[in-house]
Amino acid sequence: MNRHVLLVEDEPNIVEAIRFLLTREGWTVDCHTDGTDAVETVQALRPDLLILDLMLPGKSGLDILRELRGISDFEHLPVLMLTARGQSRDRDMAERAGVSRFMTKPFSNIEVLTAVRDLVALAGRA
Amino acid sequence: MASFNTLVLVCLGYVMLLFIVAFVADRLAATGGDRWLRSPLIYTLSLSIYCTAWTFYGAVGYAARSGLEFVTIYLGPTLVMIGWWWGVRKLIRIGRSQRITSIADLISARYGKSNLLAVGVTVLSVIAITPYIALQLQSITLSFAVFSDGDELTNRDTTAFWAASGLAAFAILFGTRNLDANERHQGVVTVVTAVALEAVVKLVALLAVGIFVVWGVAGGVPDMLERIDASDIGRWQTDRSRWATIMFLAAAAFICLPRMFQVMVVENDDERHLQTAGWAFPLYLAAMSLFVVPIAVIGLDTLPEGSNPDLFVLTVPLSEGREGLAMFSFLGGFSSATSMVIVAAMALSTMVSNHIVMPIWLSLRGDGASVSGDVRSIVIFSRRLAIAGIMALGYTYFRASGGGAALAAIGLIAFAGIAQVLPALVGGLYWRGATRSGAAAGLLVGFLVWAYTLLLPETGSGILTAGVLEHGPLGLSWLRPHALFGIEGLDPIVHSVAWSLFLNTAVFCIISVSTFPGPLERLQGAQFVNVFEHSAAPKEWAGSYAQTEDLMIMTQRIMEAEQARALFRQGAGQQGQSGEMPEPTPAFLEFLERALSGSVGAATAHAMIGQIVGRSSVSVEDLLAVADESAELMEYSSRLGAQSAELSRTARQLREANEMLTQISEQKDAFLSQVSHELRTPMTSIRAFSELMRDTEALSEADQKRFANIIHDEARRLTRLLDDLLDLSVLESGKVNLNLNAGNLSEVMDQAVVTALTGSSNPIQVLREPGSADIGIHTDLDRLSQVFINIISNAQKYCDAETPELSITTSRNGEQIVIDFVDNGSGIPPEARAAVFEKFARVSADKAGGAGLGLAICREILQRLGGDVSYLDGHEGGAFRVQLPLNTNL
Amino acid sequence: MNEKPTRPPVFLERSGYHRRRMADAAFLLPIFGALLLCTPILWPSTPDAPDQTVSAVSMSGAILYVFGVWLLLIIGAAWFGLWVRKWGEDRQDPGAL
Repeated sequence: MNRHVLLVEDEPNIVEAIRFLLTREGWTVDCHTDGTDAVETVQALRPDLLILDLMLPGKSGLDILRELRGISDFEHLPVLMLTARGQSRDRDMAERAGVSRFMTKPFSNIEVLTAVRDLVALAGRA
Repeated sequence: MASFNTLVLVCLGYVMLLFIVAFVADRLAATGGDRWLRSPLIYTLSLSIYCTAWTFYGAVGYAARSGLEFVTIYLGPTLVMIGWWWGVRKLIRIGRSQRITSIADLISARYGKSNLLAVGVTVLSVIAITPYIALQLQSITLSFAVFSDGDELTNRDTTAFWAASGLAAFAILFGTRNLDANERHQGVVTVVTAVALEAVVKLVALLAVGIFVVWGVAGGVPDMLERIDASDIGRWQTDRSRWATIMFLAAAAFICLPRMFQVMVVENDDERHLQTAGWAFPLYLAAMSLFVVPIAVIGLDTLPEGSNPDLFVLTVPLSEGREGLAMFSFLGGFSSATSMVIVAAMALSTMVSNHIVMPIWLSLRGDGASVSGDVRSIVIFSRRLAIAGIMALGYTYFRASGGGAALAAIGLIAFAGIAQVLPALVGGLYWRGATRSGAAAGLLVGFLVWAYTLLLPETGSGILTAGVLEHGPLGLSWLRPHALFGIEGLDPIVHSVAWSLFLNTAVFCIISVSTFPGPLERLQGAQFVNVFEHSAAPKEWAGSYAQTEDLMIMTQRIMEAEQARALFRQGAGQQGQSGEMPEPTPAFLEFLERALSGSVGAATAHAMIGQIVGRSSVSVEDLLAVADESAELMEYSSRLGAQSAELSRTARQLREANEMLTQISEQKDAFLSQVSHELRTPMTSIRAFSELMRDTEALSEADQKRFANIIHDEARRLTRLLDDLLDLSVLESGKVNLNLNAGNLSEVMDQAVVTALTGSSNPIQVLREPGSADIGIHTDLDRLSQVFINIISNAQKYCDAETPELSITTSRNGEQIVIDFVDNGSGIPPEARAAVFEKFARVSADKAGGAGLGLAICREILQRLGGDVSYLDGHEGGAFRVQLPLNTNL
Repeated sequence: MNEKPTRPPVFLERSGYHRRRMADAAFLLPIFGALLLCTPILWPSTPDAPDQTVSAVSMSGAILYVFGVWLLLIIGAAWFGLWVRKWGEDRQDPGAL
């Protein structure tokens, strides 16, 4: 099973790290660094999982998430959100917007893998 | 026996004498030779109108019936007079300072110039005094009857009628000849002189009869005392409650009786007369009382059973064949009656005219403001009318009452009635909390209880039926007039006085406490209670010095004491005098008036000065009190205003501080989350790659190297970030130490370009005009270099041209150096330009490495050095302009 | 008027004190007078039956008592009046207290 993940993140080194990590786990990893056309990219690529940074140039991760949840195809798309801002307010807003899992940087690789596996399992059951 | 005609002739002769005395006094007053007429002696004698015909004839009858009790009538006033320092003196001071015209006026003035109260007191006085006047008519009638041979009963009404008419004419002629705006007319001299003469006549007459009785009939003092002890009244035999009650009642009436108030307060010239009257009047009273018991005892002894003891003063000398003495005694009684009736009628007419007739007339006329000459004649006319009316009432009452023994009790009943004014009066003098409502309610209740328990049962035959007296109205026994609330067995006078004054005082106090006085009431209350602080004591010398002093006192109350004294010094200097007391010349008054009008307004200043120099009828104390009060009010309200201004200022400051704190807090939150983001991002990479290197087996060597490089770069990025943060915080806190040195701008620039481009694989091409930057500067060279490096690095980093170029142009504008950095890239989009100098403002995310603090730090540095950095509009590429002074001075 | 600057400072305290005590005396005089003049209330009065007059005070005694007190009060008032006048001449300001 060729699982497909889209990573929307503007920090090149973090993109590099996650790509390396998930590729080894057997994922197909696509990357996107700009928030502006992230929704269109998701619609085009239709990934099994979306990893979304909160602070993106052009459009914030929260807005992208809200837009996606408004599209019926992506109502149940597993979304893992990453943030470097240590504010609990962001977590609240993200959860209200319908995030699947929220993670604060810096994170351990194990955490990312566990979260990704859980999300896939959940999505599979649904 | 003298004929009736002889008596009439004697009376007319006596009246003539009074007129002559009045005329002489008038002339003396006009020529200023009346000083002795305004003496304490005359004042003391004028108080003797307290002793009416009731005293002259009635005291002996009273003694014959009830022993020594009569003396209480004179002990009460004695106590009042010897306590003059605490009571009468205050009354007189208030009377003078407030220009009081009557007891009704006093009560009205005290309670906010309420005419309702004045009308109440006036009505009460008329009701109480009318029977009293009837009593005088009776005494005159009876004394005439003693001498005349004719049928007593047929002559009685005629005599009374002529007596009433004669007295009315007398009172009108005496009392209303002159009229002064402030009532203290020079006619005072004539009336008071006449009254004083009558006082002497009645005292001497009574003493003559007494001396005749003791030494002529009884044969000396020891014999007299023996005969007294042997007589029917030879033992102490007095109703105890009456003894104390009547003493109190007499004291109260002495103050409250309109005629007493007239001579004691209104006609008083100088309150220092009290120093004499305080002991001389009690002496007069003692002398009047001294022979009362002997005369009564001798009368009881020598005259046939059933003789009227009220006439012993006449009948004892007559029976001893001393017609001359009897005639003198008759004159004494006549003068007692006339002086009382004249002064009482004058006092009552003033009250009736001022408080009832004039207000009605003015309201009927429609326009309140009237011309003075016009009103004056109306006032005189209304007073004359009032005197005639009062005398007519007295005569009518005399006729209606039948003139019998019923009248004997009238004196005390009148006392009890007029004493109802006492609570309002005393409360008004000593208690600031007394209010108009309280006074009115107390007066009304007292009057009703008095009328119900004493006046109607004792004198108003027929109004209260026997059934009501016996069983109470509607059979309510607890409302019986002589046993109110079931308290029985008391003497009617004691019963009535106790209940009426108790209820009066209680209602007065309760209503006063529970109501709030109006401003005028409060003002007047303060004026009355604190009269000694508000008014000046009389001066030893009248005239210009005192007047100047009064002006000085008044001026000091309006302006600062020092300022006032300077003003007076100046006035004295203009008159060529030394010192501070100029003559009150018209020029000085005008000068003072102008000075004062600056403080209190022209009209008020004019009124105040006019008052003191005697050209105005507005009370200066009123004006001063108003000035005091308004000053207090102004101070109070300005204090309040200041307080509320300060409160709102504090509130505004608090609000601003709160907003600032909120703003700072929000900025701090935003800054912290920015810092957090900038710190966490490199740390995420470092952690992720280090874990990959640790956990991944068989990692290729190339990967290992790449990962290690990434970790190294991110670690350096972290260090840079921390440096920048530290740098910025030092700059912002102002604790930065600038290291000022002289140097050359060109050299600084060279060094910066080298540093910024070192290590770059594709360095930007820097274009400079040779020599243009060869300028000597004095500044912190290292910091300036830091700014240049930052700007050049940014150009290097963000310039997106294929062959990136940065041109640096330097120009000098006076003391300012302007350096422009313009590259050939696409520049910064206009909407982002304003934000580039903000912290963490990064135009593009593509080029990692900067935390977005660089330009913020540049701006901080340049501002410290006295310059600035701004984005330069109008260029294709990125363009920054640095401005710098040649010399940075700390 | 007390506050006039011309007030002589010497012995002010003492004379002021004396003045107050004299004012107290003037206040007490009528009260004592009232008490003394009300004493006859306590005297035994003649009962209804004329036989039992033994204990009653004689009229001459009563007259002497009442007029005696009266005279005392007059003397007291005269003394106070003289004092006030004298003091007033010293101070030219008898009215204020």
